[in-house]
Amino acid sequence: MKLRSAMDIMRVELTEVLWIDERHELSLRELAERSGLTEAELSELADSGVIAPVDPDRAPRHFRAECIVAAKTACRLRDDFELDAPGLTVALTLIERVRDLEEQLRELRAKAPRPVR
Amino acid sequence: MKYQDYYKILGVDRSADAATVKGAYRKLARKYHPDVSKEPNAEARFKEIAEAYKTLKDPTTRAAYDQLGSYQSGQDFQPPPDWRQRFGDGQFSFDDIDLADLFASVRGGSRRTRGAERGLAVPGQDFDVAVRIPLIDAYRGTEVNLDLAMPEYDAQGFVHRVPHAFTARIPKGATDGQRLRVPGKGGKGLNGGRAGDLFLAIEVEPHPLFRVSGHNLYLDLPLTPAEAILGTSVEVPTLGGPVMLKVPAGTYAGQQLRLARRGLPRPHEGEGDLYAIVQIAVPRVTSEQERALYQQLAERSTFNPRAHFT
Repeated sequence: MKLRSAMDIMRVELTEVLWIDERHELSLRELAERSGLTEAELSELADSGVIAPVDPDRAPRHFRAECIVAAKTACRLRDDFELDAPGLTVALTLIERVRDLEEQLRELRAKAPRPVR
Repeated sequence: MKYQDYYKILGVDRSADAATVKGAYRKLARKYHPDVSKEPNAEARFKEIAEAYKTLKDPTTRAAYDQLGSYQSGQDFQPPPDWRQRFGDGQFSFDDIDLADLFASVRGGSRRTRGAERGLAVPGQDFDVAVRIPLIDAYRGTEVNLDLAMPEYDAQGFVHRVPHAFTARIPKGATDGQRLRVPGKGGKGLNGGRAGDLFLAIEVEPHPLFRVSGHNLYLDLPLTPAEAILGTSVEVPTLGGPVMLKVPAGTYAGQQLRLARRGLPRPHEGEGDLYAIVQIAVPRVTSEQERALYQQLAERSTFNPRAHFT
């Protein structure tokens, strides 16, 4: 999909962009539909703790909308690396750990003063 | 349509067997997959690699690809006349698609097109696009013009690239790496299925003064030794305009002076903070009089910053 620079045309549509609202919930079926994973694959990821249902004791399971990002990552990894469920769990756990570390590094770099010239 | 040499992309001969193709793909996928790679341009490279593999791993699509003929990478070409009859509908147009779109159709479509053929409502695809904005726009909110050419499947399952242009209003407080949702601006649904969404991956450009961590901002604040010892008021830039900051007497290097709520807005309520990180700056050139005064101070002061060494 190509993103081109703005053209000199009349734009008639202004669209609001929404936060992926952590308060909005998706059912297992909806999350499967949005992410490309099967319900069985999502259930395995939930069982292994990679994505967390809103309430583990509530059935049927519901997930916060922000889980879409992790679920889509899982679908990409499944398709691109032909990973099975255990492989996906390990990969997603490691990716999450890397993201946490990158966030900590960003914070440390932000707080570290630059030399005075 | 521009030709892409899928064998060259994977680094294999045209006679390579399936195992060789797979091995080449796996090696390149580890190197360029956007979820794990830090290589420059990884996402674009991986897209090429993935498309090459999808086409060459399947004997049917590999045969169809081989029958296109051999051209230079990037060369404009048209498939041979009988190719359309053998691998696509005779009415199929090659004018508004690229090679990846062509083989997506040849692969017979996904769950989407098979569902559409049975008259089922099929939801549209979600798409991702990166949007780069300066920090000041992340602070204020902004509008971005998006001109996208999205692949859409027609009722026969053939893909076409359809231009979509619209302006998206990005709310204030978006941070680097955040994903925002543009509802209904993804791929078209089929048979009355809902349209997919467009996800914007926000990239915030580095700022010459402010460093960002979450919704907090950090700014280096150089002070002279006299200012740090005696205290002062200094003008400090913020994204909302300059403000005066009181520096208490006895401020030390590394101290973080907090300017509450002068950081980035949070999505639902409140703001992050701005932290001014104190640095003690010394002049490189001093006059004789200044040096004499510093000498007097040095002789009179009992301050020992290295007392903990002994």
